[in-house]
Amino acid sequence: MVSLSEFLIVAALLFGIGIAGILINRKNIIVVLMSIELILLAVNTNFIAFSYFLNNLAGQVFVFFILTIAAAEAAIGLAIMVVLFRKRGTLEVQELDLLKG
Amino acid sequence: MTVLQIIFYLFSSLAVFSALMVVISSNPVRGALFLVLTFFCMAGLWMLLHAEFLALTLVLVYVGAVMTLFLFVVMMLSVTRLNLREGFVRYLPISVLIVLSVTGLAIMVVGPQRFGLIQMPLPPATPADFSNTASLGLLLYTHYAFPFEIAAIVLLTAIVAAITLTHRQYPKKHKSQRVSQQIAVSPKDRMRLVNMPSEPKINSTRKGQ
Repeated sequence: MVSLSEFLIVAALLFGIGIAGILINRKNIIVVLMSIELILLAVNTNFIAFSYFLNNLAGQVFVFFILTIAAAEAAIGLAIMVVLFRKRGTLEVQELDLLKG
Repeated sequence: MTVLQIIFYLFSSLAVFSALMVVISSNPVRGALFLVLTFFCMAGLWMLLHAEFLALTLVLVYVGAVMTLFLFVVMMLSVTRLNLREGFVRYLPISVLIVLSVTGLAIMVVGPQRFGLIQMPLPPATPADFSNTASLGLLLYTHYAFPFEIAAIVLLTAIVAAITLTHRQYPKKHKSQRVSQQIAVSPKDRMRLVNMPSEPKINSTRKGQ
């Protein structure tokens, strides 16, 4: 049978890949948003794995709420991206330096 | 090696591979499609963990709605191909270092010596008529009813925010009729009857010219 630690290791790998996507990527802000989705997916997998092995449904309720918030976040992030593209004509992360001190 | 383990390793290796491809691929459209593949594999893993409702929600809501939105935006903004390489190589060492340390630490913590089958045994099998969706809904509508309402308000806020951000009123480039004014017009607005006395005839004007 599959143990809890294997699920957690897969989630940790996904989490690391998501962080790598945010760190490596300096060109495209869309990939940054997708990496955030990867991180949220890893967190949700952790919640569900613990919920199953501890036989407690509260973890799945939490995943439900995280999915809701992630959908809202993706919608607003994409809207901001569209406005940004209209204003500046680019989506490169390095070009978005309006707020630099 | 049981069937469950085969399914687990198949889905997890495919998920990790496609997640890597999301980060690596230079074409955002292809990256979004690989993210869809990752979601599918993780939904399979969630099925193994007996979270049927959430697995289906992940496929329906995430793949069906959120990723479609992503693809729409990516294709509409037409930034299909970017030269990812320069930043990629420049920031590769430090980010690989950070990621390896974070992931290595996490794997050390959650390794099989702490969360193996001995420390965390499998839960007792549920009866055949156990419904994940029904029990989740029971919990959600009783114990978590207030957070559920807050989630609804958050979604409403997201709708309003997205529409407010992206809606724009075009500047007037051409003159057009205002239909409401046309309908609401009355004869008094259009025609004015002026009552003025008739002037006496003057003969000298023509001679003067």
